[in-house]
Amino acid sequence: MDPYDASDLTPRQSASSRLKDYFIGATPLQKRLESVRKQATFVSTPPRKKIPQCSQLQEDVDPQKVAFLLHKQWTLYSLTPLYKFSYTNLKEYSRLLSAFITAEKQKGLAVEVGEDFNIKVIFSTLLGMKGTQKDSEAFLVQILSKSQPPSENTEGKVLWTGWFCCIFGDSLLETVSEDFTCLPLFLANGAESNTAIIGTWFQRTFDCYFSPLSINAFNLSWMAAMWTACKMDHYMATTEFLWSVPCSPQSLDISYAIHPEDAKALWDSVHKTPGEVTQEEVDLFMDCLYSHFHRHFKIHLSATRLVRVSTSVASAHTDGKIKILCHKYLIGVLAYLTELAIFQIE
Amino acid sequence: MSARKRVNSEAQRRTSQGRLSDQIKEKPSYSESILKHGQNNPEEDSEHAEVLQIALRYFEKGPIKTLQSKGKTMEEHLKTVENVAWKNGLAPEKIDILLNVALSGKFGNSINTRILKCLIPATVISGDSVVKAVSWLCVGKCSGSTKVLFFRWLVAMFDFVNEKDQVNSLYGFFFASLQDDALCPYVCHLLYLLTKKENVKPFRVRKLLDLQTKMGMQSHLQALLSLYKFFAPTLISVSLPVRKKIYFKNSENLWQMALIAVRQRNMGPSPVSLKLILGSAKVRPVNRKRNSYSVIPLPNSSNYVRECGKKEMSISDCLSNNGSFPVEQLQSFHQLLENIHCLELPCQMGSVLNSSLLLHYINCVRNESVLLRFYHWLSLTLQEECVWYKVNNSEFGKEFTSLLDSIIRAQCFLQEGFYACEAFLYKSLPFWDGLCCRSQFLQLVSWIPFSNFCELKPLLFDHLAHLFFTSTIYFKCSVLQSLKELLQNWLLCLSTDIHMKPVLNSPLETTLGGSMNSVSKLIHYVGWLSTNAVRLESNSTFLLHFILDFYEKVCDIYINHNLPLVVLLPPGVFYPALFSLDSSILNQLCYIMHRYRKNLTAAKKNYLIQKQGKSQFNFSNKTYQEFNHYLTSMFGCLWLSKPHQKSFYHGIIDIDPQILEEAGIAEYKNSLSLMQHPALFSYAVAFLLQVQPEARIIKLSFIQGKKWSWYLDYLFSQGLQGLKLFIRSNIHHSSTP
Repeated sequence: MDPYDASDLTPRQSASSRLKDYFIGATPLQKRLESVRKQATFVSTPPRKKIPQCSQLQEDVDPQKVAFLLHKQWTLYSLTPLYKFSYTNLKEYSRLLSAFITAEKQKGLAVEVGEDFNIKVIFSTLLGMKGTQKDSEAFLVQILSKSQPPSENTEGKVLWTGWFCCIFGDSLLETVSEDFTCLPLFLANGAESNTAIIGTWFQRTFDCYFSPLSINAFNLSWMAAMWTACKMDHYMATTEFLWSVPCSPQSLDISYAIHPEDAKALWDSVHKTPGEVTQEEVDLFMDCLYSHFHRHFKIHLSATRLVRVSTSVASAHTDGKIKILCHKYLIGVLAYLTELAIFQIE
Repeated sequence: MSARKRVNSEAQRRTSQGRLSDQIKEKPSYSESILKHGQNNPEEDSEHAEVLQIALRYFEKGPIKTLQSKGKTMEEHLKTVENVAWKNGLAPEKIDILLNVALSGKFGNSINTRILKCLIPATVISGDSVVKAVSWLCVGKCSGSTKVLFFRWLVAMFDFVNEKDQVNSLYGFFFASLQDDALCPYVCHLLYLLTKKENVKPFRVRKLLDLQTKMGMQSHLQALLSLYKFFAPTLISVSLPVRKKIYFKNSENLWQMALIAVRQRNMGPSPVSLKLILGSAKVRPVNRKRNSYSVIPLPNSSNYVRECGKKEMSISDCLSNNGSFPVEQLQSFHQLLENIHCLELPCQMGSVLNSSLLLHYINCVRNESVLLRFYHWLSLTLQEECVWYKVNNSEFGKEFTSLLDSIIRAQCFLQEGFYACEAFLYKSLPFWDGLCCRSQFLQLVSWIPFSNFCELKPLLFDHLAHLFFTSTIYFKCSVLQSLKELLQNWLLCLSTDIHMKPVLNSPLETTLGGSMNSVSKLIHYVGWLSTNAVRLESNSTFLLHFILDFYEKVCDIYINHNLPLVVLLPPGVFYPALFSLDSSILNQLCYIMHRYRKNLTAAKKNYLIQKQGKSQFNFSNKTYQEFNHYLTSMFGCLWLSKPHQKSFYHGIIDIDPQILEEAGIAEYKNSLSLMQHPALFSYAVAFLLQVQPEARIIKLSFIQGKKWSWYLDYLFSQGLQGLKLFIRSNIHHSSTP
């Protein structure tokens, strides 16, 4: 049916599209589009993931800062690459952001940049918080209330904390040019109004885009499997699942708690490929839990929606809230969250 | 010259911004009446001029001590000045004189007020006059109310002051006048109009902030502060409510009518409409709900990034005018051309979507970072706003539709699709219900950038086919329409590129053969959709129109776009169109066949010419054979009904002729001729009634010989142009059936 003879083509007739030269070509945008296509095409192929290894944190990580990140509930956001962000200007950013927040809080009243406000903004890097050398350095933003009177040597109360990180984000890095800093995962703790103000400042200053990162049931069961698979010296919490049954007037929640060692034993029985987790194993693991529950309560959990998973490693809620408990697997948890964030922004 | 122009237009922008909210309805009747007054006859004018001269001299000399006649004379002179001023305006030197008089305190307060009120320029006001006037303020001879009036006058007339640089040199003086509580609002307004980047100094920022603490939140101070923030974001931060727009009390309402007249004198006709054109980029939806923010950001310069990017920050660095042109001030294409080398990009690239000027700009700079920033913003915004990802989507529907509309406008403007939209389609098409934002969504489809069809098919076109087959005929027609537009966009993109010498070898398939292959696959895909749709909708005329519209594009690719591709329409479309009951379908088919013939002939000719040289593209013989087969079919039906056509009928109607004869359809051979074709039968009858008005019985067999060509002319006169072209190009004059 081919209406014309392609074999007669001569190479000199290559029509390189104007669009392609600039848009596609070998440019980051082209790579970006290619990866979106791949993602859209192969969404159904079963992925394989590594079981989070022990801490890959480098030695120069400040243990105090890491401790500060643990045991706190963080709200997750995905973030597009920051344009013209510079690690050398963190001090300046602190000044500008604190003036911005003050101005936003008292709408209409102008404030001088660098003036003494009753809040203090601190930008600081989280050295070593990365998966590979190529990953951008993570950094932390804190808003402190100034203690009154200021002469006292006590640190102010922390009003809001947020941090930006990228763990094994190579796939994103390939699709941007060097003007950008890739920190696709943003975690915030504090009043939502503050998050909104700070988000606005970042969006205006670095032309980036924040969007809430929710975790669907599919990814929650992956987390459940991967975190159960982690070797722990001692378990800090029980393994707990929360399912939600949509019914009126109020939705019904089903909580399912297992002793962490039992969960580990169950996992070990379904786990075959060493060091890796496959989709079949995740499905099997969850199916076992379902059938066990069904045997006792005659309820098909597979017909409900998984909304929360808590283990000794971390706990995650479908609304995009996470609490990391285990120092050892911090990087592993963040790597998976980075992956989800990158998936969302692509 | 150009610098002044810029200042001028900038000032105009600011004044108009200040006034925007006040929504002055410039009533045409006012200006007309004033203009009419201006057209006096020359004798009267010269007489007036003399009287005015005397009046001015009188004022210049100052009040005469003889008290008796003083009141009366002065009243007369004032009247003269007022009359001339309101009719024609005053020349710059006259304004100069009168300003001196009013501010020198020679006369009483009420006189000064009257003089100031009638200081209406004929065209412009010289900067010198303003400087002189300000120097009078320092002497302290005029009262507070005169000062206030002077500032109001200066704000109102600011656009007409000629040497604004001179006025700007008095910036420090004006700034000091902020201390005066009565003057403060008007001085603020004046400073708002006057401030340039180099005027913004840290000590002034501090002074303004002090004033703010003293006076509290005042809208005029807010306006000036926000302008300072715009010029020096690293010194000051302020956030104003989005909805708040009224910054200044209207200073110019005293002179409102006069201003209109002066503007018309200066700018020629219809300055109002001119302003609208320039300002149209800034028009924002007013009716947005409270608390809801516009999805598309406003263009703001990226001052933070630029200034923070510097290694060593110094305040003088911040404030030095480094010659860049802030995006907020971009109002006209002319400005874009003048400042294209130093245009500061907006801090949020998404804002280009609403500005045609910025779209021009990003289209020609082709900066990778710019495109990436835009891509990130657009793809995330689409994802966030997309209605069918939201739970209660009814309230967001409108916003999403308007977002899509802006995107489509921008794409049409650039004549090119955005990659972010393509990526969005990949993700969202599988979840689309085919109803929500249908027209917008299908338009996005028609702007998919050209690429390999095989790659696109599983991502987009397979999903689209599912929706196509399961939806109503109207949906089918809209899909066909947007696919026609897609084809057209691809063809335009390819035909412009084919003449450009490739600079780089891009990794994608970029050979012309590859591109043509992709286009032909798209056409075959639409052919497949059409064939099935015709069956599903039982040969609907409505649907056939849309299908044939598509093929009208297809048949002319070789000639119209100079691309080596001819794809014929599939039999599943050709025969239903040929046997259609609707004459317009038959007519359209004839036109398409006529164009196919032209294209194929042209292709063959070119091929034969270039055969000696390096071989060009050659259409396979199969295309020609297929075309000839279609052509003979058509002629067999419409023109000839000769015995050898028996085989033709066997070709398409697989019925034993004996069965047809038994069924009493003996005359089937002629039943699709130009006279008896169901689509044309009514024409034949109408024609016969016209030529034989008295006949009781009409016989189609009457159309013979000479009458046959009359009949053809009759058909052609009924608007069947396609049929005419088809028959004229295929049949020589002499032949009749």
